[in-house]
Amino acid sequence: MKKLLTTIAVLAALVATGAAREVMVKGSDTMLNLVQNLAEAFSSTNPDVTVSVTGGGSGVGISAVVNKQTDIGDASRAIASKEISGARANGVNPVEYAIAIDGVCIIVNASNTVEKLTIEQLGQIYQGKIANWNSVGGPNKKVSLYGRQPSSGTFVYVRDEAVKAEYAASMRQMNGNAQIVEGVRADEGAIGYVGVGYAREAGIKVLDLSKDGTKFYSPLDKEAVDSGKYPLARPLFQYTNGKAKGDARTFIEFELGPDGQKIVSDQGFYPLTQGYQDRNNANLH
Amino acid sequence: MTGHEPAQGRRLRRTRFASNYGFWALGIPLAAFLVFIVYMFAYLLRNGLGVISWRFLTQPPLNGMTEGGIWPCIVGTVLVTFVSLVFSVPIGVFSAIYLSEYAPANFATRGIRSSIRSLAGIPSIVYGLFGVALFVSAMKLGLSILSSGLTLGLMNLPWIIATAEEAISAIPGSFREGALALGTTKWEAIRHNVLPYAFPGILTGILLAVARTMGETAPILFTGVTYYTRQLPNSLSSKFMALPYHLFALATQHDQMMKVRPIAFGTAIVLLAFVLLFDVVAFVFRLRTASANKWQV
Amino acid sequence: MAGTGRPRFRSRKLTDKAAGAVFRASSLLSAVVLLGILLFLLLYGVRTFREVPILRFLFGTVWNPDAYGEPAYGLIPLVLGSLLSTAIALIIAVPLGIASAILISERLKGWVRVATKTLVELFAGFPSVVLGFFGLVVLAPFIAHTFHVPSGLNLLNAGVLLGFMSLPTIISVSDDALRVVPHSYREAAYALGATPWTTAFRIVLPAARSGILAAVMLGFGRAVGETMAVMMVAGNAAIIPHSLFDPIRTITSTIAIELGESAFGSAHYYSLFALGCVLFIIALGTNLVAESLIKREKRSFTL
Repeated sequence: MKKLLTTIAVLAALVATGAAREVMVKGSDTMLNLVQNLAEAFSSTNPDVTVSVTGGGSGVGISAVVNKQTDIGDASRAIASKEISGARANGVNPVEYAIAIDGVCIIVNASNTVEKLTIEQLGQIYQGKIANWNSVGGPNKKVSLYGRQPSSGTFVYVRDEAVKAEYAASMRQMNGNAQIVEGVRADEGAIGYVGVGYAREAGIKVLDLSKDGTKFYSPLDKEAVDSGKYPLARPLFQYTNGKAKGDARTFIEFELGPDGQKIVSDQGFYPLTQGYQDRNNANLH
Repeated sequence: MTGHEPAQGRRLRRTRFASNYGFWALGIPLAAFLVFIVYMFAYLLRNGLGVISWRFLTQPPLNGMTEGGIWPCIVGTVLVTFVSLVFSVPIGVFSAIYLSEYAPANFATRGIRSSIRSLAGIPSIVYGLFGVALFVSAMKLGLSILSSGLTLGLMNLPWIIATAEEAISAIPGSFREGALALGTTKWEAIRHNVLPYAFPGILTGILLAVARTMGETAPILFTGVTYYTRQLPNSLSSKFMALPYHLFALATQHDQMMKVRPIAFGTAIVLLAFVLLFDVVAFVFRLRTASANKWQV
Repeated sequence: MAGTGRPRFRSRKLTDKAAGAVFRASSLLSAVVLLGILLFLLLYGVRTFREVPILRFLFGTVWNPDAYGEPAYGLIPLVLGSLLSTAIALIIAVPLGIASAILISERLKGWVRVATKTLVELFAGFPSVVLGFFGLVVLAPFIAHTFHVPSGLNLLNAGVLLGFMSLPTIISVSDDALRVVPHSYREAAYALGATPWTTAFRIVLPAARSGILAAVMLGFGRAVGETMAVMMVAGNAAIIPHSLFDPIRTITSTIAIELGESAFGSAHYYSLFALGCVLFIIALGTNLVAESLIKREKRSFTL
């Protein structure tokens, strides 16, 4: 009995030491490792602030901001108008910050001879209409589709930008970017989409894409991504309820600063161009 | 004997053969199953033992989770399990006392018993769903170790009640009658003459519940667990890391999946070690107290 | 004699009454929790049907709440995913489980029996993420390699893992069911010259059949309710599978995958509670039936 009481007292003492300064970041799996690295670096220079990072997908992140469950919501796609009205209905005013630039990579197994695709072909493949690689100049192998789950911003982004219709029902919905890489690496007929921070791995090949079939660009080419010539270039967003304040704001400022942007490059994504930095500054001040 | 055997003799020989060897043939699937368990253990150990070290167990993840250890996960798992027990042990034991000592044998009691047994069979994700709706949203506890602890507490409540009731009912009636004959009240009889003897059985049940709770992921998934947080949980409203979720995240969501694969194996081993530790302690405890129970003739 | 005065007794009586009240309240709480969960699920679940017609929910063949066009909330692919993976699990686990239970209860004695039962129960306590992890890193490549299919994340993988997970339940409950059969049954058979094999299969097993059926139902309940392991290995495509090697999505993993991203108060959010209701009803149903089967077996031996 005494032991039980003392342990309860210890737990109560834990509560009493009170809430630390915590910044909760939730959302995109594409951004998960990037933001986790940023959080780690931030903590070493700001030891009394704890940044908590968790994934779940862009849908989860935006939802958490709308439901006032998180300080910052990560999203690899822009917030939808339905979500904005839902937020307003809940008394939340979502403010958008871009923290990095990504080029969504279309990856295939290293043994696949296909080197490039047009956006239209990509869409046909993911709709299930092109079922064999030999239709696009590849080997005689059935196409095996890998994708994310509907909570993923990348899922929504690729669908809205390339597929422009419903995904084929047979697309395997993996739990994260890394699982897609693993799947594509093991499956010779596979095709998948991942953020550029995940694409520099052995065993997979990144395809060049073209909007209209004339010029093809690689997502590994920074200039193509920055200038928007690569069709699937997109910013990675963070959303807050109203303009960022307090510790959340300090963290975002860190992310947008030189140290943060260096981590963005190290993680394989692209640092922000001036245009995005200007927009962020407008939202910060 | 040569020549034709009568039909019955052939049948008898067949059944004798089946009886002697057939039974052991039944053991083949069982043996295969046990071999599979051992194989799984060996595979996990082979791939993860190299990562385990004192530093691994006491350090937080470093360098984008590719180095360092799993200390915050261990702390988080232990704490959230503790929170769940603070809720479920008192309520569970009290319910068990009611059911075995006070409850009349009527429809209501049967209903309560039935609902407790049914609760034990509800899938863990349904508890997670309920936890999000009740604790996180309706009670506004948010994503926190408290929400997760309460959700887990609801989940292990039926297990605690079942084992505690068994332990208390096993005490012979003479114990209670002796105390009552000396003029104690009902509660005093229970407190002094039943509970102390039922305590080992109740504790065994709690240890088993701890083992199962530590491995659960679905109830904590949406109620408070997080992929990374630098600080250890220091209040009931903190987010926390946990061993089972860490394993899941490292296996499916980390970007350098192959690089962190050994850490995933290490996490699996540590989680299994905790679960097995509590299972084995409970088992040994049960053995020792069973031999000491001289009243069980 | 000290302490026999009336005030002392009154306080003891008070404590006694208070204790009794606390205990009664605690046990009522447990019953309330079950009802509470069901009520919550129902209340939130039926809100789905403000936007989604109930027949389309129950019988629709497409589950796609985040569709490009119209969202679709059809249960069938999810129910099929759950049922098919459970069916495969039972195909594996029921014969293995009953055979093992017969061996354990009829033949093994003493410490060997205890050791075997303990090992089986230890495995029952394995965290499902660990099994899912094993399925991901070992079973998936194995399936892909052996059957020459592109990916090992499919119905077969999920079914095998679920089979392993429900095996300990089936073994335990079957063993209990077999042990409940009175010894007089076996002794009578031996007296007539039957061998242990015949006795076990023709006398004991049929006598215990209600309990064995209960074991199968509980194994079913265990497999249907599993979330994490399935989420890691089933491929998670909400389709109606045409082969063992197609990816599937179960009811449980759908809730786990989609709960985080649905906004509170949306039809999607409520539809997940409707799914939870379905799951709850299935789990409750199988448990109640199993319970009554066990009771029936015990009753059949008391004349």
